[in-house]
Amino acid sequence: MTTTPNHLKWPAGADHTAVPYSVFNSKEVYELEQEKLYNGPTWNYLASEAELPDNGSFKSTYIGDTPVVVTRGQDGEIYAWVNRCAHRGAEICRERHGKSEDGAYTCVYHQWAFDAEGDLRGVPFQRGLAGKGGMPKDFDKKKHSLRKVRVVNYHGVVFGTFSDDTPDIETYMGEDTAYHFKRINNRPLEILGHTRQHIAGNWKFYSENTKDPYHASLLHLFHATFNLYRSTQEGASIVNNDFHSVLWARNTNEDADALDDMKKDNLRTLKTGEYELADMSLLAGKSEYEDGISLVILSLFPSLVVQQIQNTLAFRQILPKNENEFELVWTYFGYADDTEEMRNYRLKQFNLIGPGGMISMEDGESTELCQKAIVRDGAYSNVIQMAGKEAQGDDHLVTEGLIRGLWKGYREIMDF
Amino acid sequence: MSTAKITLELKSEVEDLLNSYAQCIDNDELEKWPDFFTEKCLYQIIPRENHEVGLPTAVMWCDSLGMLQDRITALRHANIYQVQWYRHILSNPVILSVENDVIKVQSNYAVFKTCNDGESTVYNVGRYVDVIVRDNGVLKFKERSAIYDTHRITTLMVIPI
Repeated sequence: MTTTPNHLKWPAGADHTAVPYSVFNSKEVYELEQEKLYNGPTWNYLASEAELPDNGSFKSTYIGDTPVVVTRGQDGEIYAWVNRCAHRGAEICRERHGKSEDGAYTCVYHQWAFDAEGDLRGVPFQRGLAGKGGMPKDFDKKKHSLRKVRVVNYHGVVFGTFSDDTPDIETYMGEDTAYHFKRINNRPLEILGHTRQHIAGNWKFYSENTKDPYHASLLHLFHATFNLYRSTQEGASIVNNDFHSVLWARNTNEDADALDDMKKDNLRTLKTGEYELADMSLLAGKSEYEDGISLVILSLFPSLVVQQIQNTLAFRQILPKNENEFELVWTYFGYADDTEEMRNYRLKQFNLIGPGGMISMEDGESTELCQKAIVRDGAYSNVIQMAGKEAQGDDHLVTEGLIRGLWKGYREIMDF
Repeated sequence: MSTAKITLELKSEVEDLLNSYAQCIDNDELEKWPDFFTEKCLYQIIPRENHEVGLPTAVMWCDSLGMLQDRITALRHANIYQVQWYRHILSNPVILSVENDVIKVQSNYAVFKTCNDGESTVYNVGRYVDVIVRDNGVLKFKERSAIYDTHRITTLMVIPI
């Protein structure tokens, strides 16, 4: 593995409260991330098991920017491999998802055929044609499997890793992250659709955003504008193993003191209540978990965010494309046993989330705002000090402690 | 069930509706946008990849005039996004059927987006599938689905298609 060059190491004195902008705009850092993070000891989201319903089902995705296919074999097990023919490097699977009826994955270039596990099964003209050509006698199909990905199916969600050093998934997540992961993935899911968003920003600006409860009521004004925001929410921020995190919140009754504090600060959120929703059915729903928690943003480094906002449930997969761009793939889901009523609540509430989400569309925008402004000044750094300097969670949501956790973990794994 | 003849007058009236709708959005007269729909309506912007396999998730999904109005109130007063203008290019309108004064129409669209940097990009391309009815003598959308091919949305979507 490449040693991190000295000029990329963080300036002396910079810690997880001051991140140099070079990590967001350097091609060199991006290349190093592909090696140390995405090919290193991390678990990366590949699919929901519900997307691979039958033997022969497959889905094309990525680990970092490496194309990967995840399959369900004829034995019912889930496998994954790099989508690159062992012969001459061509892309084998050219569809986003589907079903291979015979369980074979055949490269169109020279029709080398592989099975769901990624093992080579057939080579046309291996013994030549009419005594001419053919592969050498010592050619061994067993030595030409596709590059395989280690996979785990954790409560119906499939993760992959390239590294043998990645710990088991539950150890990797940490206790609280695993608890909240299982809370949402508590029974079989029903996939309701996908959307894809292309954002001209570094993927880590988005990671920060998903660990940042500070911005929630300040950037996202939907609730405030329609007088829907409960000014206090009971909630907590949790850090596990540095770079995984959970934000959760539960609405409580409005707290007059907190509202007064906001008024004193004269924030934009003051514009509370100027408008009313013409159709309140947008917010109709049901409390569906016993704990009454209405918001969970679970950020599993480096590639997955699991969210519950009211009755909307989604996986957001972060796919870096280069140092300046990433794609965000949203997979919306409910539960296989949803009533029609619950399904309709979810479909309507999807207006709140995703690329056109009235609550959350600004997250793409904020990422681009940052990327645009850091073009030149890689040696400058940001300021991440809300609620102190420690990389830890808290019993409230007025903190940047989770972002500090991200950078603490990132520095370690990147050897910065 | 009566199947009416598709007259030139009807064709022209339908095309007027499609064109006026696009002009309304492109001219930033979004407060008038809900007027193109009947009180009970369905408006959705849905990626083709969902639509083709029967998955219902849409980027915008409104089933009442009130929800359409709320989209515009949010756009004007709540949502944060960079200044942007749309330009719709419409083509190939085809009246698929006219039955009991219910007109089914399909047409193509391309939306160019221009932001403050001055570059115009192809933002969203797809087709409209419409159910049009006469409401107090005026043609309106009872259903309008924008089924988009450009399934990778750049940054965000705030203005309706």
